[in-house]
Amino acid sequence: MTDPAAGRPPRAALRDTALPADAPAPAESGAPSAQAGTAALLRTEALTRHFKIGSALSRKHTLHAVDDFSLTIGEHEIVALAGESGSGKSTVARLLAKLYKPTSGEIYFQGRPLSAIRGRRAVLRYRGDVPMVFQDPFASFNPVFRVSHGIMRCLKLHRPELSAQQRREEAERVFTAVGLTPAAEVLERFPHELSGGQRQRVGFAQALALRPKLILADEPVSMLDVSIRIGLLNLMADLRDTQGVSILYITHDIASARYVADRLIVMYAGHIAETGPTEEVLSRPRHPYTQLLLSAVPDPRAPLGVGAETDRGEPPKVIDPTPGCRFRWRCPLAIDECHQVTPPLRELLPEHSAACHVARADAETQAFR
Amino acid sequence: MSSAPTEGFQRSGPAGRTGNVLEVRDLSVEYIMERGTVLAVDEVSFDLAPGEFIGIVGESGCGKSTLLFAIAQLLTPPAAITGGSVTFLGRNMVGLTDRELAAVRWKDLSVVMQSAMNALNPVKSIGSQFDDAMRAHGVTSKVQIAERSAEVLRMVGIDPIHLKSYPHQLSGGMRQRSMIAMAMLFTPDLVIMDEPTSALDVVAQRSLMVQIKELQEELGFAIIFVTHDMSLVSHFSDRLMVMYGGVVAEFGATRRVFDTPLHPYSVGLLEAFPSIRGPRVPLTGIPGSPPNLASIPPGCRFAPRCPKVMARCEVEPPPLYEVDGTLVRCFLHAGEERGND
Amino acid sequence: MATLQTPPGASEAGAGAGAAPGGTAPAAAGLPLAGGGSIGGARSLRRMGRAITANRKATVGTALLVLFIFVALFPGLIAHDDPQAQIYPRGLTPNAQHWLGTTSFGQDLFAQVIYGTRPVLLIAFGVGLLATVVAMLIGVAAAYLGGGWDGTLNVITDVLLVIPLFPLLIIIGSYLHGAGTAVMIAVIAATGWSYTARQLRAQALSLRNRDFLNAAKVRGERRLYVICVEIIPTMTSLLVAAFLTNALYAVLFSSSLQFIGLGDPNVTSWGTMLYWAENNEAFQTGLPLWIIVPGLCIVTLGAAFALLNYAFDEIGNPALRPVRSMRARTTRLAAVNTPVARRRPRVKRTD
Repeated sequence: MTDPAAGRPPRAALRDTALPADAPAPAESGAPSAQAGTAALLRTEALTRHFKIGSALSRKHTLHAVDDFSLTIGEHEIVALAGESGSGKSTVARLLAKLYKPTSGEIYFQGRPLSAIRGRRAVLRYRGDVPMVFQDPFASFNPVFRVSHGIMRCLKLHRPELSAQQRREEAERVFTAVGLTPAAEVLERFPHELSGGQRQRVGFAQALALRPKLILADEPVSMLDVSIRIGLLNLMADLRDTQGVSILYITHDIASARYVADRLIVMYAGHIAETGPTEEVLSRPRHPYTQLLLSAVPDPRAPLGVGAETDRGEPPKVIDPTPGCRFRWRCPLAIDECHQVTPPLRELLPEHSAACHVARADAETQAFR
Repeated sequence: MSSAPTEGFQRSGPAGRTGNVLEVRDLSVEYIMERGTVLAVDEVSFDLAPGEFIGIVGESGCGKSTLLFAIAQLLTPPAAITGGSVTFLGRNMVGLTDRELAAVRWKDLSVVMQSAMNALNPVKSIGSQFDDAMRAHGVTSKVQIAERSAEVLRMVGIDPIHLKSYPHQLSGGMRQRSMIAMAMLFTPDLVIMDEPTSALDVVAQRSLMVQIKELQEELGFAIIFVTHDMSLVSHFSDRLMVMYGGVVAEFGATRRVFDTPLHPYSVGLLEAFPSIRGPRVPLTGIPGSPPNLASIPPGCRFAPRCPKVMARCEVEPPPLYEVDGTLVRCFLHAGEERGND
Repeated sequence: MATLQTPPGASEAGAGAGAAPGGTAPAAAGLPLAGGGSIGGARSLRRMGRAITANRKATVGTALLVLFIFVALFPGLIAHDDPQAQIYPRGLTPNAQHWLGTTSFGQDLFAQVIYGTRPVLLIAFGVGLLATVVAMLIGVAAAYLGGGWDGTLNVITDVLLVIPLFPLLIIIGSYLHGAGTAVMIAVIAATGWSYTARQLRAQALSLRNRDFLNAAKVRGERRLYVICVEIIPTMTSLLVAAFLTNALYAVLFSSSLQFIGLGDPNVTSWGTMLYWAENNEAFQTGLPLWIIVPGLCIVTLGAAFALLNYAFDEIGNPALRPVRSMRARTTRLAAVNTPVARRRPRVKRTD
């Protein structure tokens, strides 16, 4: 079972290679939603999900997991949704996978709203178009069955036109496409006989077998060893380039988001803080939270810049919130307006938006260095 | 933050001829099972000076956690130390009974576990767990206990009012800090940390690392910090040990290892971290997977995955060579001095 | 490639699954052994066979059970007398023709014991299966469906748990006085499923949010499919344990009911033997074996089920295995404080 990265020259895993950190914003900043030309593949409008919490008798508090979340994903692009735990990113994934129903707001896939998808066949077709890859390579497989079980069920449910023999061949084809070779042998293994990296590849293979348009990848590499992660990130880029699949890559690791994603959405406490082309957002972050995240990422090649006050907070659990920016408690630049009015997502630069009253298009308001 | 620990909680300085806090020599740990034995740690040796910060990095299965537990004498069957010595403050800890170890534990040596939620008792408040720890080591005065508990919490930046809180009421970062506070109770000479930040988010991680470093500079204890994330310790550790397949692959000053890694595995590991700043380049990671410790191949354990493998590497296992103060286990540097093995 | 790549306890995850080394194997994290049959096939049967011979409790329990099953299947091969025939001299002590003597009615005791095995085993296995199936359906459905279903099923389960079972059985039994074995199986199963239903529900609840169930849902599987194909096979070892528990409970309760006279008097079984022996004052009339032997048989069969229950626990969860022998070995080795001889050949019997 070889790793595809072995023995082959480094593939161009990234769209804009060799981009120096201080270069001015590139004119053609991989803005694939404009490039693709077609309408957005998936679009959400003011997507909201609340949970009622409290004791069993009186569920009077509401947890705002996701609020007013509007994103667009085009074809052939990888969009990274970055945020810390509690930011709501996993809830977004589950909303898009139809594991939860939205409290309000709407999701449009290929122009059609998800709420209009009723009936088993329509739901099945959506699930075939938008599959999900899970975070935990240990728990996402039923330990009782061989690895072939999941993918054969996928094929049986979603591609009924294939015969049993054709299903087998297709399973072997996608396994080879994700780098699990010899495919026939890997298919017969049990999950505990594979490594974490191999299991995640199986997850992608299962998604690929459905001929999806968009893969929802919920932190697919965070539980893997560092040296294995790159292999999977390269695989994701490869899927975008050669299989024509879009990927929503959910992560808490900004560095890997930078490595693989075309666009970046930074989430905080259920809201979008900043969004735009990856390189643009990371080289000129406008939202103080994005600046904080960037300053906290450990980079051995850069000297340690310890801020005068090292923020030590974590994203809050948003329970019965009042209006106002949810980052205001940790933000050194907060003004009165931040405490009263929830900042809307404003486009500051082309394709680059931030939800902050203080952020300006040009001025370098550095909250965290 | 207080500048001097409360009366009675000062550190007893390092004893022993060499003045080192810890000397590990040829430590080996095996997992003894019905099917055979698995060698998890193979003859690891290093010294730790007072106040030094050593980072041990490696991926899963490299033996770093096992090594840590062996040093702290916390191994449970089927794992056991099958060779070598662990000399702490001049005394060999291997083979000591629980009672003898209890005198040392927490007073001179304390451990911070990976997940505070697993290590803290969920049905007891933080304060009562501190109370337990202190009573177990002979401190009986309620006043002293209360004072010291408040003091250590303040040291890690937590309001002492949280002594009454239960672990589930605190955030992840605060839980880890209270674990560290608990480890500070008797101002030990050595604190062993097993991936204390891996359950935290990046901002909390960063602030916890800064806090640990500040505490170390103020109180002067030595730290062994085990992690799978090299970049985390890059700014904090004095020396860095890279482990692979149960042996030491490279060991030297942190900056040296980062700037000029000598072992092909260290090179590969460093390059497997995509960078936030600097140019975006395609990376390849390290092909293959870690070795199966139940059946170790002859020769260098990294040979199957090494981009610079030579014929010699597959036949005989390389010893440690010393290159400018850095120890590296690789035939590429044969011809240098043999380091202590 | 395949096999276990890291020592038990050192997990593969890069971040965060930190198990203490030297502790439990990954399989112990709640996941039971995969069942045999079509899923694992011959390989897992062989593995189970090896597991049974390796564990002392399992070996003894299996041996006893196999012995009893053999006796139940082929009583005629062992005892040559008709157990009901009252043709022999009454009240004989053990001799060459009658190994255990005869009863007050002139029946051969040995034949009675042998022929009495089958009804007991029928009840044990019958109740075991029936009660387990009911418990499984109710427990797993309650856990997976949640909400109102869970609430209702829980109430029913709890009510049955609270009612003292033996008095309930006596009441029911006295109405169905003299009814056959099948009825007894039904009655005992109907009253006894609640205990194991609770256990199965608890385990199903812990499985409910496992990612592999979400993965099944996301790929479009129906709920019934998920319950039957995804959840239940992962609960095999708990189902086996439930079966053994229910079988044990059935043996004891059915024998008790028969002892107080609520069984079918025409059937020869250990319980009815005890009934007749008690009525004829066996101890006082010098026929102690009439009481002792069937009593011993009941106890031994019960012990077989109990031993197997413990054994399956240990096989499924290595953390429960006895560590005494392990600890002795490891402290002996650790006391030898010299560096291990380098590269000495280790004899490894790998799987």
